[in-house]
Amino acid sequence: MSNDVLIRAEGLSVGFQIGKGLFNKQILKAVDNVTVEIEKGSFFGLVGESGSGKTTLGRAFLKAVPITGGHARYEDGEVSYDLAEIAGPELKDYRKRAQLIFQDPYAALSPRMTVRDIIAEPLEVMGLTSSRAETDERVREIAAKCRLNLEHLRRFPHAFSGGQRQRISIARALVSDPKFVVADESVAALDVSIQADVLNLLKELQRDLGLTFMFISHDLSVVAHTCDHVAVMYLGRLVETAPTRTLFEGAKHPYTKALFSAIPSLDPDDRGTAQKLEGEIPSPTNQPSGCKFHTRCPYAVDRCKSEEPVLEHADAAGHEVACHRWRELMVPA
Amino acid sequence: MSSLIDVKNLTLKFKTDEGLITAVNNVSFSLKKGEVMGLVGESGSGKSVTAKALMHLNARNAVYTPESKITLHTEAGEVDVLSLTKPSEMQVVRGGAISMIFQEPMASFAPAITIGKQMVEQLQLHGNMSKAKAKEISVEMLDRVGISDAHKRFDQYAFELSGGMRQRAMIAMALSTKPKLLIADEPTTALDVTIQAQVIDLMKDLVNEFHMGIIFITHDLGVVAQTADKVSVMYLGELIEEGPVREVIRTPAHPYTQGLLSALPKLDDLDSPLTPVPGDIPSPLERPSGCVFHTRCSKIVGDACKTTLPQAYQLDESHSAACHIYPKGESA
Ligand SMILES: Nc1ncnc2c1ncn2[C@@H]1O[C@H](COP(=O)(O)OP(=O)(O)OP(=O)(O)O)[C@@H](O)[C@H]1O
Ligand SMILES: Nc1ncnc2c1ncn2[C@@H]1O[C@H](COP(=O)(O)OP(=O)(O)OP(=O)(O)O)[C@@H](O)[C@H]1O
Ligand code: SF4
Ligand code: SF4
Ligand SMILES: [Mg+2]
Ligand SMILES: [Mg+2]
Repeated sequence: MSNDVLIRAEGLSVGFQIGKGLFNKQILKAVDNVTVEIEKGSFFGLVGESGSGKTTLGRAFLKAVPITGGHARYEDGEVSYDLAEIAGPELKDYRKRAQLIFQDPYAALSPRMTVRDIIAEPLEVMGLTSSRAETDERVREIAAKCRLNLEHLRRFPHAFSGGQRQRISIARALVSDPKFVVADESVAALDVSIQADVLNLLKELQRDLGLTFMFISHDLSVVAHTCDHVAVMYLGRLVETAPTRTLFEGAKHPYTKALFSAIPSLDPDDRGTAQKLEGEIPSPTNQPSGCKFHTRCPYAVDRCKSEEPVLEHADAAGHEVACHRWRELMVPA
Repeated sequence: MSSLIDVKNLTLKFKTDEGLITAVNNVSFSLKKGEVMGLVGESGSGKSVTAKALMHLNARNAVYTPESKITLHTEAGEVDVLSLTKPSEMQVVRGGAISMIFQEPMASFAPAITIGKQMVEQLQLHGNMSKAKAKEISVEMLDRVGISDAHKRFDQYAFELSGGMRQRAMIAMALSTKPKLLIADEPTTALDVTIQAQVIDLMKDLVNEFHMGIIFITHDLGVVAQTADKVSVMYLGELIEEGPVREVIRTPAHPYTQGLLSALPKLDDLDSPLTPVPGDIPSPLERPSGCVFHTRCSKIVGDACKTTLPQAYQLDESHSAACHIYPKGESA
């Protein structure tokens, strides 16, 4: 694999067993046959409706759910791991290289621990420092990078606002010096006015610390402004992926186009022009045949009901799309 | 258009262990029939408690000042909402003339009762009608909000529905009593853009069809631009700007509103840096003196900002902002 790819997944699947009893057991495919590359140092965005499998894909890369099919390789220049097989000391090492920033800054932080202890906990659990002084040193260093007031390290998290709490969560995720960070809806609970501040901080940390981010969000405007590359998921599948600008200027998949046109415009005179997507994402235990989007796609034809489209290159610069008709549908919007 | 509800000098405090918290300070606004008002502002700015005041629905530790007055205009005459005391009187506003879609998605439905049963009970409480009639209306409403198989859904529990469907069922229940005023507290925040667009369309149809007034509380200025006729912006319990949606979004007058708009990531300019409003909203226990926004404002115009609470300045007959940038006492 190419040198500048940090994580490469091939045909990656995650299935959950649901239902009890011998005859009720069912497999829910939350992530289904996903092939994707995440470049080193990139800000990789993952979008799609609720239930499309974004969190599950992120958790698969973090080894927080079992990978039930396909492969994923992690390679950062120091180590190279097969994420489907990894276990034992390698897994222990991987845990400090790959970290998660939680979604809800209110729920994620234990109210009985000081900010210092919250940030220090991963170091202590993973045994990464050998003395309290060393731990303190590391905590202060990362707290400063996350623009936290060092005076505040002795306080308890309830005294902080949403933006400050999210900075504490970020410091905690970064204290073990990870290479790969999954940020799952990390700004969703924040006010617009402070959301921009946290996004700027994440970008700054990405540049300064050479981090690779997987940024999961249902807010497309936020993704457009922060990510270099975006992948769109639908019912466990990747339907389109491209560099951010390419995607936002020339989406090819009917689902991506529908998502974009549903973004409410800030222009009060531009009302109701959006092309509306009807219905909801189907149940993952009762998935449509063929193209999984055909039940909602305005362009579906018979072929879409029987044959599943595969991701194919739409250009040489990393734009890929999975739709039988993307070429025909490229009429000016 | 005639007035539907008038809020005058609403001041609302909460008694807490740590002292008296001012949640809403001297807020006045009116809404006409068929008008949609967007209520925006940072978390904790007092949007939800203002909305709940309209139904006299705040927690027991709420204290209203004697000057606070909320008048609801109904066909049967004027109702002085804050003077209502008996539960039987309250029914006029709670689920009668006013319906609310709550911010907490599950709060509107009792978990152990089917959606249909709850809708029927509510209808029977507010109108004298047979069970069969109430069921007919409920199913029709579920159908109107785009829930397929409404007959089947009628017998389901809230937890059995997807998020988007639950939200629509909630709207159906709020609308089934044909309220004069619908208060929707963040009805689309937890929804995907696709479902959000459906809900927005639905609400617009309802205004046209039933001519109801809507107060739409949201963080999302895009949603406001798409739905509201006018916008009110709150910050730390103060109404800091009010005006027609076009003016407030295109030419915001208050530094906070300006900051809110420039903090938004915009799709038509991906290269522009994101500019946050600096700092954090102060705790309501440490309410700043003077202009409550002065701790974060980049446009401070002298000591007045720190000492004197700015009064609303009328930029034109319908657009006003409370900020010392504007000349005192000579409103247009
Ligand atoms: N532990 C689990 N057991 C069973 N099913 C699960 C589990 N985790 C997730 N799922 C299911 O897998 C599917 C994908 O869920 P996932 O949380 O990855 O979606 P998502 O795209 O992150 O959605 P959201 O935007 O709502 O966070 C859903 O149908 C979900 O119900
Ligand atoms: N019962 C109560 N007792 C004490 N304080 C309260 C009570 N209810 C609300 N408050 C306080 O009143 C203020 C306004 O709260 P409100 O819920 O109206 O904010 P909001 O603008 O709706 O915020 P959000 O966007 O987070 O929903 C907050 O500081 C809140 O903590
Ligand atoms: S393959 Fe067919 S149904 Fe699927 S997105 Fe393309 S046109 Fe629509
Ligand atoms: S009154 Fe002063 S501090 Fe307040 S918004 Fe206006 S300029 Fe800023
Ligand atoms: Mg998720
Ligand atoms: Mg609220």
